[in-house]
Amino acid sequence: MGENGAHVTNEIERVLLTQDDIRRAMTRISHEILEQNRSANDLVLVGLQTRGVHLAKRLAESIERIEGFAPVVGTLDPRLWRDDPDVASGQPSLPSDIPTSVDGKPVVLVDDVLYTGRTIRAAMEALLDFGRASRIQLAVLVDRGHRELPIRPDFIGKNIPTARGERVQVRITEIDGDDAVVLGRES
Amino acid sequence: MTNPTTTVGNGAAAEATDVTEATAAPRHHLLDLDDLSSSEITELLDSAEGMLEITGRGVRKTPALRGKTIITMFFENSTRTRVSFEQAGKILGADVINVTASASSVSKGESLLNTVKTLQAMQIDALVVRHPHSGAPYFISNHTDAAVVNAGDGTHAHPTQSLLDLFTVRNHIDDMTGKKIAIVGDVLYSRVARSNIIAFQKMGAEVTVSCPNTLIPDEWQLGSVLDESTGFGGLKLAKNVDEAVDSADVVMALRIQQERQDAGHLPSLREYSDRWGINSKRMALANDRALLMHPGPMNEGVEISSEVAHGAQSVVEEQVRNGVAVRMAVLYALCAPGKSTRIGNSDEGPRGISVKERTEIETVPPTKRGSGKS
Repeated sequence: MGENGAHVTNEIERVLLTQDDIRRAMTRISHEILEQNRSANDLVLVGLQTRGVHLAKRLAESIERIEGFAPVVGTLDPRLWRDDPDVASGQPSLPSDIPTSVDGKPVVLVDDVLYTGRTIRAAMEALLDFGRASRIQLAVLVDRGHRELPIRPDFIGKNIPTARGERVQVRITEIDGDDAVVLGRES
Repeated sequence: MTNPTTTVGNGAAAEATDVTEATAAPRHHLLDLDDLSSSEITELLDSAEGMLEITGRGVRKTPALRGKTIITMFFENSTRTRVSFEQAGKILGADVINVTASASSVSKGESLLNTVKTLQAMQIDALVVRHPHSGAPYFISNHTDAAVVNAGDGTHAHPTQSLLDLFTVRNHIDDMTGKKIAIVGDVLYSRVARSNIIAFQKMGAEVTVSCPNTLIPDEWQLGSVLDESTGFGGLKLAKNVDEAVDSADVVMALRIQQERQDAGHLPSLREYSDRWGINSKRMALANDRALLMHPGPMNEGVEISSEVAHGAQSVVEEQVRNGVAVRMAVLYALCAPGKSTRIGNSDEGPRGISVKERTEIETVPPTKRGSGKS
């Protein structure tokens, strides 16, 4: 924690999204998900560990406020399905939990930042073991570009063009104590 | 391994930095638990948590170790350990090949060294070894690039059994600090006892053992607490089993082996059962919610009565189920691509094994040596 804090102070930080910006983006995405899928019936939101899990819960709450009906929320850790496990290793794989069959249902994967697309590829493969979803969509809070795979999000909070050397940090209250998206540069 | 306060999207560079920090002391083998820190143990148990969820899925398969080859090499009979290693490797997507001493060139007199060199030449990634001689996995680890996992060596260590026992207890008792663990049975010859004493002490528990006087080293006294010079500092040797079990949070019965009786260590199995067997009367002395454990295979009616072995406090089946998840965590930690984690340190060799014994391992094929233990 201390090391991390020290690291951050060495960077030039710029706040890209404030707490209000994030809230509005999540509300808009909720509407878009409903518009695309026409209802919350059968809809399964699957948050990717770890911040995607909390974003998925927020989307579900927001959808419930709009429709009066909350979609099922699941969690997924695609770590063991990655094609570059050396990046992920050192952190234990977390349990996944999708409390319903996804057979024939629309699934929305939810993550904080879309970057190379490799996490999403792994998540789609991991999800297949839980059943054959009727369609898989992708919702992300931030799309920072630099895709290495033909993957495109369906719902985007904000497009943020970045350089590879930059760091996009998503902070959310449930884990980090506050809501913000911050752009930093490696010092 | 909790996440730092910031996330970096999928930024590979920053995550890789975290990895280097986490694995300051690179590890490549799991040979014993005595040189693992409690945080390294906790990390493995956390990883097993995620693995356990995968073992409960409809489709039990991940591609994490796809293209990796794991060989299980068992020079002693085993059902649960061998099968759970094989299942763990297969769920992670590795190819698992089983070698048993009786069906390999070992039965033709091939030495352990040559067997290892032969397997090494076939580009293997991990070697899971059970051997009747203490220290054999250490010897092997010096002659192969593959990750070596000790699946039980002689009377020395059985680290994955201890990890799964810790994992099982942790699922019932959040904090092991100060909890009383009673281990009853074959302390002198049991690698499970030795590994568990080390493991539970590391996690802060108070370990008490109870066994016949003939099954502890000569210099130990029943009714005493061992000092640091024994390597088991703080271990309590109970005068009798009732004292050990009294208000225990975990009661662990160990398998008593026929060979012990043959060697004159025990008067008779019936007397053992009377004086050291765990039954409902003795379990009543333990805490109300105490767990009853047994590493298997059980001799029901000898060290454990059928009534308690299948009773409400028994977590024996849970231990077996957890064994697969824990071994997945170990294999993943050692074999995942790009991972250079080394669990356990082979440089110094195993503790408590003489040079003579080590030389014997190197030069004599196991079939030519005296019988070990299972």
